[in-house]
Amino acid sequence: MYQGIRISGFGGQGVISAGVLLAYTGILENKNVSFFPSYGAEMRGGTANCSVVIASDEVDTPIVSSPDTVIVFNEPSLAKFESMVKPGGILIVNSSLIKSEPTRKDIKVLKVPCNEIADKLGNAKIMNMVALGAFAKATGAVSIEAISRALPKVYKKLKPEVIELNIKALNEGATLA
Amino acid sequence: MQLLNERPKSLLDVQMHYCPGCGHGIIHRLVAEAMDELKIREKTIGVAPVGCAVFADHYFNCDMIQGAHGRGPAIATGIKRSLPNSIVFSYQGDGDLASIGMAEIVHAAARGEKLTIIFVNNAIYGMTGGQMAPTTLIGQKSTTTVEGRKTEVNGFPIRMCEMLATLDGVVYAERTTVHNVAGVVKSKNAIKKAFQNQIDNRGFSIVEILSMCPTNWGVRLDNPSEATKYINDSMVKIFPPGVYKDVSAK
Amino acid sequence: MAEKQLMKGNEALAEGAVRAGCRFFAGYPITPQNEVPEYMSWRLPQVGGAFIQSESEVAAINVIFGAAATGVRSMTSSSSPGISLKQEGISYCAGADLPFLIANVMRGGPGLGNIAGAQGDYFQSTRGGGHGDYRLYVMAPNGVQDMFDFPKKCYEVAYKYRIPAMILADGIMGQMMEGVEIKWPEVDVKGLEKQKWAIGTNEEGRERRMVSSYDLRDGMLEKIVLERAKRYKEIEDKEVLWEEKMTEDAEIILVAYGISARISYAACRMAREKGIKAGLLRPITLWPFPKKRLIELAPKTKNFLAVEMSLGQMVEDVRLAVNGRTNVNLFAKPGGSPIFAEEVYKAIEDIVKKGAKEYATVK
Repeated sequence: MYQGIRISGFGGQGVISAGVLLAYTGILENKNVSFFPSYGAEMRGGTANCSVVIASDEVDTPIVSSPDTVIVFNEPSLAKFESMVKPGGILIVNSSLIKSEPTRKDIKVLKVPCNEIADKLGNAKIMNMVALGAFAKATGAVSIEAISRALPKVYKKLKPEVIELNIKALNEGATLA
Repeated sequence: MQLLNERPKSLLDVQMHYCPGCGHGIIHRLVAEAMDELKIREKTIGVAPVGCAVFADHYFNCDMIQGAHGRGPAIATGIKRSLPNSIVFSYQGDGDLASIGMAEIVHAAARGEKLTIIFVNNAIYGMTGGQMAPTTLIGQKSTTTVEGRKTEVNGFPIRMCEMLATLDGVVYAERTTVHNVAGVVKSKNAIKKAFQNQIDNRGFSIVEILSMCPTNWGVRLDNPSEATKYINDSMVKIFPPGVYKDVSAK
Repeated sequence: MAEKQLMKGNEALAEGAVRAGCRFFAGYPITPQNEVPEYMSWRLPQVGGAFIQSESEVAAINVIFGAAATGVRSMTSSSSPGISLKQEGISYCAGADLPFLIANVMRGGPGLGNIAGAQGDYFQSTRGGGHGDYRLYVMAPNGVQDMFDFPKKCYEVAYKYRIPAMILADGIMGQMMEGVEIKWPEVDVKGLEKQKWAIGTNEEGRERRMVSSYDLRDGMLEKIVLERAKRYKEIEDKEVLWEEKMTEDAEIILVAYGISARISYAACRMAREKGIKAGLLRPITLWPFPKKRLIELAPKTKNFLAVEMSLGQMVEDVRLAVNGRTNVNLFAKPGGSPIFAEEVYKAIEDIVKKGAKEYATVK
């Protein structure tokens, strides 16, 4: 089993935290994992992206050049990463903010209105969880249950009710996959 | 018969390499006397510089370390932070402290490192053969200012005590001389105070001592008083002796 | 087996060093190693250690010079341009026989270069780096687990032979996160041997001690350097580390360290799937370099292929060891651009199937 993932969006959209959470989830499922952030010179407002690998074998390189799945949260990310998706792979598009249509025909495109669902649940910050829910369901690489278990371990300071809200977002996302 | 004066225990009975009329020998003795009188020899670690005093690690009878040019305050910081109960002094010349080591001395002072700095200012690079130092006086001849230091080419001498006194981390900054008996006595008291501050855990102390360099000042061997006269007539005008900061007095 | 912890490379390096007995750190901010001093700044006070953010790299290494001289397990870290600044102090530490740990989380160079992971500091690290005749013990991690484990080995070798030890990582190693398993007990610093050369308070009335890197007496420096060279020889005999994968029957052996070794291994597996017998030799210590093993392998294989994220630096050590016995090739990528397994595989194919001799991506 090998799943290479790229996640991209504006700084502040939870790109890095979603990536770390996925990697930690992989560990809980006894997989080999790697997480690698892009670390540009900019501190805020720029585009952030990260690579995550979850695999049953050793991970060769943490920089995923041909991802099985790409998650994009904003327009610039779609432009940059659509072409990178492996043929037959999955592109998860945050349709709340991305109005352009993906052009690839050899991949599966999943449109998920992450911001709208997060707003509906009452916390804009959990939009990345909506995308992760869709990812888990669509790929089967990790389970929603495992992500839920990883949440309090990665975010030790989150209150139980906020963890619950995150899990709700995961499940909402899963229904759209 | 009564022995009135003897070699301080903190100074080893070895032949020093300093030139006749050089101030380093006097200053070494003053530092050693202070260590003896304060009974700190066993817990003192000295940092020798690069420059004429490079061999200081062979002269002081305590643990010594010799490091890179100008880095004494950084090295001393490493020792003191690792062994907070030790007494650490850094012995440095003007090229070492005020030129290549300017960043290290300023930041050790700004951090308020609990160190004692002995700064020997003779306005010249001695060991390398008499080049212009950051403290060389306007008009003073050196091997890199053969017609005398010119401000339009070489800028101005740096006053370290005045500069360092502006930093909150400094508790004590005094400039003295060793060109006459009164100066030697004042220097001794200042050095002792700079060590006492460290014993009392107060903070950064520096004593700047104006010192003779007869060799590189071109003073004739048959007239060594020329050197003391140079301090008396010229150096003290640019580098006035005095206490520039003494928080410990309050 | 305890559950693995997800750790960032730089943080694993810092925590690994603390668990290996590091109680003193001095450093200066530079990307991509910033997590090391950041971590140390709060972690060391927890265990009674000292952390200093110094005014410059030059000051940091000299603070370490002072700290290491007292015998405390000390560490500094930086990235390429900062390591260049530290060379003066590293040379003094080597000349004063002071053991300490230095980590270089390499970025693209020369000059300010960029902040991507690179391997361009191989020459600097394995040849000493500063002025004078000296060596560093250099370990090259190729994963976050190594970042955590290597400080312990570095301290052991550094103190046994009185030599500075370096962990030569790259920006990818520093920034990536992986699962880390804690396999060894924390070093008890109180139980560590007191060093007979360390300066410090001398209330027991021992002989006074001096730490310095100079000796102006006739012929003395030669003697001192030759004595040190004996220790270097012993390190070359006893402390060289490497690992091999699929080399037994290999018609081509890739030689690569750090992240390049992982990518090379992937390329080897691709080659095996296509019927090409490829193997990997990964130097774990870069100095000493596993040259004896290369000499043993040289008659058994048709080709070596050095893979490195630099212009062709490590390949020189491969050539020195192989010394014309077989074909040595080079896949080199400078400037902090990542290497991908597909392109390394293509190089393997060009060499093995098309018979390219002295193949090099950079000529």
